[in-house]
Amino acid sequence: MTVIELAGIERVFHLGDSEVHALTRLDVDINAGDYVAIMGPSGSGKSTLLNLLGLLDRPDAGSYRLEGRDVTTLSPDEQAAVRSRRIGFVFQSFHLVPRLTAAENIALPMMLAGIPVVERTQRVVQALKDFGLDQRADHRPDQLSGGQRQRVAIARATIMQPAVLLADEPTGNLDRATGDDVINLLEGLNQRGMTLIIVTHDPKIGLRARRQLMMEDGLLKSDSARPSAVVAST
Amino acid sequence: MRNADILRFARDATTAYPLRTSLSVLAMAIGVAAVVVLTALGDGARRYVIEQFSSLGSNLVIVLPGRSATGGFSPANAITTTPRDLTVDDAAALSRLPLVRRGRAAGRRHVRDQCQWPAARNTGRRHGLDLPRNSQLQDGARAFLPEADWNRGSPVAVIGAKIQEEIFAGRPAVGELIRLGDRRLRIVGVLKSTGQGLGMNTDEVVFVPVAIAQGMFNSNTLFRVLIEAKSRDQIEQVKRDAAAVLKERHGGEEDITVITQDAVLATFDRLLRALTAAVAGIAAISLAVAGILVMNVMLVAVTQRTGEIGLLKALGARGSTIRNAFMAEAAMLSLVGALTGYGLGLFGAFVLRQAYPVFPAYPPNWAVVAALVTSLSTGLLFGIMPARRAAQLDPVQALMKH
Repeated sequence: MTVIELAGIERVFHLGDSEVHALTRLDVDINAGDYVAIMGPSGSGKSTLLNLLGLLDRPDAGSYRLEGRDVTTLSPDEQAAVRSRRIGFVFQSFHLVPRLTAAENIALPMMLAGIPVVERTQRVVQALKDFGLDQRADHRPDQLSGGQRQRVAIARATIMQPAVLLADEPTGNLDRATGDDVINLLEGLNQRGMTLIIVTHDPKIGLRARRQLMMEDGLLKSDSARPSAVVAST
Repeated sequence: MRNADILRFARDATTAYPLRTSLSVLAMAIGVAAVVVLTALGDGARRYVIEQFSSLGSNLVIVLPGRSATGGFSPANAITTTPRDLTVDDAAALSRLPLVRRGRAAGRRHVRDQCQWPAARNTGRRHGLDLPRNSQLQDGARAFLPEADWNRGSPVAVIGAKIQEEIFAGRPAVGELIRLGDRRLRIVGVLKSTGQGLGMNTDEVVFVPVAIAQGMFNSNTLFRVLIEAKSRDQIEQVKRDAAAVLKERHGGEEDITVITQDAVLATFDRLLRALTAAVAGIAAISLAVAGILVMNVMLVAVTQRTGEIGLLKALGARGSTIRNAFMAEAAMLSLVGALTGYGLGLFGAFVLRQAYPVFPAYPPNWAVVAALVTSLSTGLLFGIMPARRAAQLDPVQALMKH
């Protein structure tokens, strides 16, 4: 089943008088449960692509269907609802709210979605156990190590059981060993059926994915799933 | 997002930045406290004046010598430049009016130099049986000055508490003789200490019959005549009658001024209410300033927490949710500031009352309500702009600022 269908996606930024084509003629399908790495040098458009996939940004042209539903035409509030229920984000710099404890950070998406407190507490307790954070529930982010912070962030991203997990350089701020732990954790989630999309410029991490998308100057340069098709279009 | 969660989230956000929170709360508190204390002062002044004036009696009509020139120039005024004095006979005539319950002639004079003791600063001359309002005779006293022919006063006096203390050093004074000028007077009563009175302290006063006083000071004029109407409805009638009687007695000229206690009270009341409102208005400016400070603080909060706003959007927060969260935060700052200021203001009024016990410095209810409502609404009003700014942030840009 296809979870993400991108067709003819264009994204243009206006910097002064010049136009920068961040994404050009992008056609990508991603299957449910897939494990995709988006790679490429800085400025190649991979972060723009991730923002589009996460509904944080809108394309200037083309269509984006998430789970069969066209999400580019949705109102901002409807897009927020889709982000809340169907998309999880993991960031390079963790993006934990500093004044909230680990448990409160994990509960944040459920709080925003208006889930009752009792259910929230149950799910947070379960998540803390699943991610090995039982002892850290009441710690604030500045009392956690980098690896623990990213685990809190991943627990937060998955607490709403989204269809797609988007990770933007999830190991960028971590040392090698901790980074490997985090990647193993993400791969474990993928093995249990969650679609995982990682943006990285680290080839070692990229090559662990089942499928690699290589970006360059806003174009999809190669797609390990369809080697010939992409080359033909460029 | 549930309302309880929005409130909890806003509360956590305010407590996470104690310095900026306490500063904006302080600004709002000072504004509200200023309104409460200043209106307490203004309204206290009003109550003080009204209370003092009411202590003269009720349903009073006041007759003063001299014409008040409120009617502009008139030939009659130009001819009679010197008004006729108000005499004891005038007062007696007034008290015979059918609607008058009783009349009271009053004069007063500073007699410090003529007296043998230092504390006697004033002497009041009164006639009639009634005590000054709010005054009571001490035990052992018989009655106030006896009712007798107004032109033949018996040599008696009622003295104030302080005078008794200074002359008799606590010994009983009733029945003793004192010398006042060249007269020897028997003390028939001592007033209890009250320490209050409009322009006169009854603790330092000697009351003597009007005839005695006129003999002592070689004068037959009265300071004023107070007449009391039988009921409230008859005040206007008494006022007209009094003016007519005195016009007849004074050869057809209206050379006296008759005012009613109610009119004076109403005038003071209006004046001091206007003063209180003006003071409240000035104090309210500080509330507007505090509102702007709350806006400033909230703008800083939006800038400081741009990354957090981006995150909340990525996690599925609607623009309206973020706006509500920031509005709740601004409302909380204002509310806590307003309540703190209310407490501070009440405490300030309490301190005022402790320092000046005669001064009833209570803030009027309308001012308290107005201060609280103004502070809350300015806080919310000035919270709108920062909250909208937060809600409209572009999530991609916001997330980059971490």
